[in-house]
Amino acid sequence: METLLQQIVNGLVVGSVYALVALGYTMVYGILGLINFAHGEVVMVGALTALQTLLLLMGIAPDMAPLLKLAIAVLVAMPVCMILGFLMERLAYRKLRNAPRLAPLITAIGMSFLLQTLAMIIWGRNYHTFPQLISTDPMQPIPGVFITPVQVTIVIVSALVMAGLILLVTKTRLGRAMRATAENHRVAALMGVDTNAIIALTFVIGAALAAVAGVMFASNYGIAHYAMGFMPGLKAFTAAVLGGIGNLGGAMLGGIVLGLVEAVGAGYIETMTFGFLNSSYQDIFAFVILGIVLIFRPTGLLGERVSDRA
Amino acid sequence: MNELIEAVPFLGKRNPRLTKWLIIIVALVAPLIAAYFGRSWMRILDFALLYMMLALGLNLVVGFAGLLDLGYIAFYAVGAYTWAFLASPHFGVHMPFWIVLPLGAAFAALAGIILGFPVLRLRGDYLAIVTLGFGEIVRIFMNNLNHPVNITNGPQGINALDSLNLFGWNLSQSLTIGDFKIHYLYLYYYFFLLCVVGSIIFIKRLQISRVGRAWAAMRDDELAAKAIGINTRNMKLLAFALGATFGGVAGGLFGSFQGFVSPESFSLMESIAVLTMVVFGGMGNIAGAVVGALILTALPEILRHIALPVQEAVFGTVILDPEVLRMLLLSLAMILMMLLRPAGLVPAHARYSRPELLKGGA
Repeated sequence: METLLQQIVNGLVVGSVYALVALGYTMVYGILGLINFAHGEVVMVGALTALQTLLLLMGIAPDMAPLLKLAIAVLVAMPVCMILGFLMERLAYRKLRNAPRLAPLITAIGMSFLLQTLAMIIWGRNYHTFPQLISTDPMQPIPGVFITPVQVTIVIVSALVMAGLILLVTKTRLGRAMRATAENHRVAALMGVDTNAIIALTFVIGAALAAVAGVMFASNYGIAHYAMGFMPGLKAFTAAVLGGIGNLGGAMLGGIVLGLVEAVGAGYIETMTFGFLNSSYQDIFAFVILGIVLIFRPTGLLGERVSDRA
Repeated sequence: MNELIEAVPFLGKRNPRLTKWLIIIVALVAPLIAAYFGRSWMRILDFALLYMMLALGLNLVVGFAGLLDLGYIAFYAVGAYTWAFLASPHFGVHMPFWIVLPLGAAFAALAGIILGFPVLRLRGDYLAIVTLGFGEIVRIFMNNLNHPVNITNGPQGINALDSLNLFGWNLSQSLTIGDFKIHYLYLYYYFFLLCVVGSIIFIKRLQISRVGRAWAAMRDDELAAKAIGINTRNMKLLAFALGATFGGVAGGLFGSFQGFVSPESFSLMESIAVLTMVVFGGMGNIAGAVVGALILTALPEILRHIALPVQEAVFGTVILDPEVLRMLLLSLAMILMMLLRPAGLVPAHARYSRPELLKGGA
């Protein structure tokens, strides 16, 4: 029973990070119908930029409060990622907006590997230790179930960020313009929406969320490196599809569900398969879920049918 | 062949006959030229031929049938591991190549169909992600199936694979005729060349056959293809299976040539590399796949020999190592090609495909 509860806690923590990343995928897909393959790499750039900032801060102001350092690191990583997101859209995807589907997708794959390579050149191939600025001493709210303050912070912050995004999209003028663009570019443009700006903005907002998610990821595991974004990116995409791609609530739900399935599955796979498979197969869950969802319920948990759209 | 001739700059259109002979001669003497620069270049040539086979096979799936497959390297892996299981000391089985190679191809085709069935309904980008997932699943299994029963020997891979033995003639031993010795890399080169030429002829026939035309119709407009009575389900499965077959054969050859397989050789990066070759050369075009594979195998190696000394001379140390250079080159090739020349270096022939569809606005 404790194992189950413990895995549920872990799943919730990882799931809320997936949810943040999934939002970036789902927003871009909702508006452009493009899978921004390179979104996972934005997560990585966010984490590594934050790491770089932290190292710098530790050099020049070692006495600064740890939380303040972390806040500054996030505030540096966010604009860096936002600029990156903007540049990706402007330089690569905008030109391909009316191209047939394979072209933007192939470009996005190329972009993903380009960013990984550039990160490898800047930060090297090594794993870097990410400083633990929030305490990692485990607490025991229920005997036998451990949760660290970092994990609590991750869940709270991502809940706040997601709430903020929902407010932005549903309550503001800007959000209305975004929804209109997602519905129909041309009509939105006729109604006076600057659709180019809105699309660029979608990338920028998604990148900002990814930056936050990157810092969370690195803080949770205590490491950062150039390829850290790829797998979480794929899983977050799976989460977006699971929830119903193009649907904000769906991305959040999908993220949490995927995190839970993965954590609980990894905890029990050994007993379930009589020791044949062990937790090193953890990464398979996301792909299997993706396959099952796309085959049996391509609309996802909350979404409308999109997978047939050519 | 005609496409290949036209792909040769300047000469191709002016003097096709001369170009044809030129291509044949260059293909035949290429290893001799490479040998002049060193053994490593001969190995690179051999690998270029293997990549050609892969690119030809993937082109069948992506270029002809329009199904973006990001897990193609998994079929290569199936072929290579079949060779490793059935022709190495790992299980103590040593079967001859004429059993192992077709078996590897058959297993790969089967894997293609297994992958094909569930993804039949998916299109474009979803298909890409699911195939990517398939490739990753295969790789994860290769990495971890050493426990509790050791099947794949995990990340260490399998060693000492049997070399290619053509009815008693071992290609891994240098051939001695009188006092004239032919190094084994030559033997592999000509054998692989034969395989590639065979593949090209087969694929060319396939492309202009009923099947090839059905694929083209399905790629350009699936609904219309269905309406004129093409069984798109079978056609898709056939594309996956045939594409996978080429991957499986290439994988078996790779295993025999390398003498060693490990999951590292079958990473996602390799799938992407083969896709880049197809895209770079020109999707839906046999000559494109050949040219793309040749250039993108050779270019990183040439860069390695130029860029490393230059870096050492200028900066004193090596900043960009060869692997980084290769990734940089491949990713840039993919992005820039899509932005600037989406039909590829050798655009597909208008009769069998519609390159204008790639230019957008359709």
